Amino acid sequence: MKSSVALTTILAKEIRRFTRIWPQTLLPPAITTSLYFLIFGKLIGDRVGLINGVSYMDYIVPGIILMAVISHSYANVVSSFYSTKFQRHIEELLVSPVPNWVILVGYTGGGVARGMLVGSIVAAISTVFSDFQVQNWPVAIAIFILTAVLFALAGFINAVFADSFDDISIIPNFVLTPLSYLGGVFYSVSMLPAMWQQVSLANPILYMINAFRYGLIGVSDVGIERSFLMTGGFILSLVLFSLWLLHRGVGIKN
Amino acid sequence: MTALCIENLKKTYKNGFEALKGIDLTVKQGDFFALLGPNGAGKSTTIGIVSSMVTKSSGRVRIFEYDLDKQTNQAKNCIGLVPQEINFNQFETVRNIVITQAGYHGIPRKEAKIRADRCLKQMDLWELRDRVSRRLSGGMKRRVMIARAMVHAPRLLILDEPTAGVDIEIRHAMWEMMREVNRQGTTIILTTHYLEEAESLCRNIAIINHGKIVENSDMLSLLDRINKEYFVLNLTKPLKTVPDIADFSMELTEPRLLTVAVPKHRTLNDLFQRLSAAGIEVSSLKNKSNRLEQLFMDIVR
Repeated sequence: MKSSVALTTILAKEIRRFTRIWPQTLLPPAITTSLYFLIFGKLIGDRVGLINGVSYMDYIVPGIILMAVISHSYANVVSSFYSTKFQRHIEELLVSPVPNWVILVGYTGGGVARGMLVGSIVAAISTVFSDFQVQNWPVAIAIFILTAVLFALAGFINAVFADSFDDISIIPNFVLTPLSYLGGVFYSVSMLPAMWQQVSLANPILYMINAFRYGLIGVSDVGIERSFLMTGGFILSLVLFSLWLLHRGVGIKN
Repeated sequence: MTALCIENLKKTYKNGFEALKGIDLTVKQGDFFALLGPNGAGKSTTIGIVSSMVTKSSGRVRIFEYDLDKQTNQAKNCIGLVPQEINFNQFETVRNIVITQAGYHGIPRKEAKIRADRCLKQMDLWELRDRVSRRLSGGMKRRVMIARAMVHAPRLLILDEPTAGVDIEIRHAMWEMMREVNRQGTTIILTTHYLEEAESLCRNIAIINHGKIVENSDMLSLLDRINKEYFVLNLTKPLKTVPDIADFSMELTEPRLLTVAVPKHRTLNDLFQRLSAAGIEVSSLKNKSNRLEQLFMDIVR
């Protein structure tokens, strides 16, 4: 009962944080993705033609939505938890009877909330440019949520190890963004030479984007079961690792 | 009942620095306890371990009979901590900081609001409740930390240099508040560099130096060990030489300022009688330094 109060407190605090600064957290993705849809989908897409039997605009919508979910669920947790360490109000949690799992669920829950809210905003904007019909709601919603959870957890681990503000921007800039762009947001991996197709299969984001694409427009380069297994496996590993880090006090205790 | 029981507590940091070398400490319920020591002596490490912010190397800590390793949450719920440095969210309002802390202790929001408002009024922060905390003065920020530490009604309140950097008026108001909290039954552990603060507030005292407890007794017994007290006398007429009065060592700081060491077996009456006999008139006097300060310097030197 007490843990549920603490969990609600952390969640409410996290949601209040990113909604209070909405011009920094919610507005930019709306503008950026509108430009993606306009430039890539409308201006260039009309000349590209069909990919796997669907229009280019429809093809890129799932990837752009999921890219927003990935970057914002990650960014929310990494910046919030690192600020908590930097300003030392992590000590408020350490001195309180808050179990480690509550800290983890509270902070990642905040990231999931922001990732899903931003994803929903981008999805709403996409309806202005595209008139696709959702093909499989359960698959689309499940992968939407799981992706937000996975990258919120990754952001948490990044924040635990971060010692400076530089450390919280390295992974998003040099790992997440390239992997997202190379994960088939704007193209089908089947368009790549054989060797690069094999290389692309090592990119976990490819599986999430394709599973989400399958849910939205019924098209995928990879098997859906494999996508869920990989995402679930990553989530489980990151949850266990995060709890171990909290138990050992890595990055938060002397 | 003991509020805090520390047994053979050791802490060695990763860089090899041995901050605590096996300390034992007991604080009784209801006590107002001073934990003193020079910078780097191990005070903050001890408090950090007790409040779960620092991982101990070995030893045992019990808070109101709850083992900190085995009954962690019960033990933590007994503690309220006012740390040395400001550690709340500087972008949050005063009221939200206190309500959030109550939530961490499992107090439902409705009850948390009532408690937070009560603590803010007690700390004279009610008018500032909706102000963003970074816009507060240093003294106000310290009071916010006390209100935050009090919101779950802890049985043991740990104050780590709570009056550092605050003006005299606020310091005295905080002393009165601490006395009142202690009178209401809360055990208080205070660390401070203002030794007159410890002398004025605390009943028992421990002095830690180089990671070891070098003194642990009640305040009166400790002060009773002082062999000499130093007074500075203002004279009505200037002197050219230091007067020679048996049993009292003297030093002429300025022609009208005489510093006198009064041994424990002598009284001020003896001193004044002899000064009068020597034709020296005194217009006023003051202590050269705080009594506890002299003793502290002797112990840690």
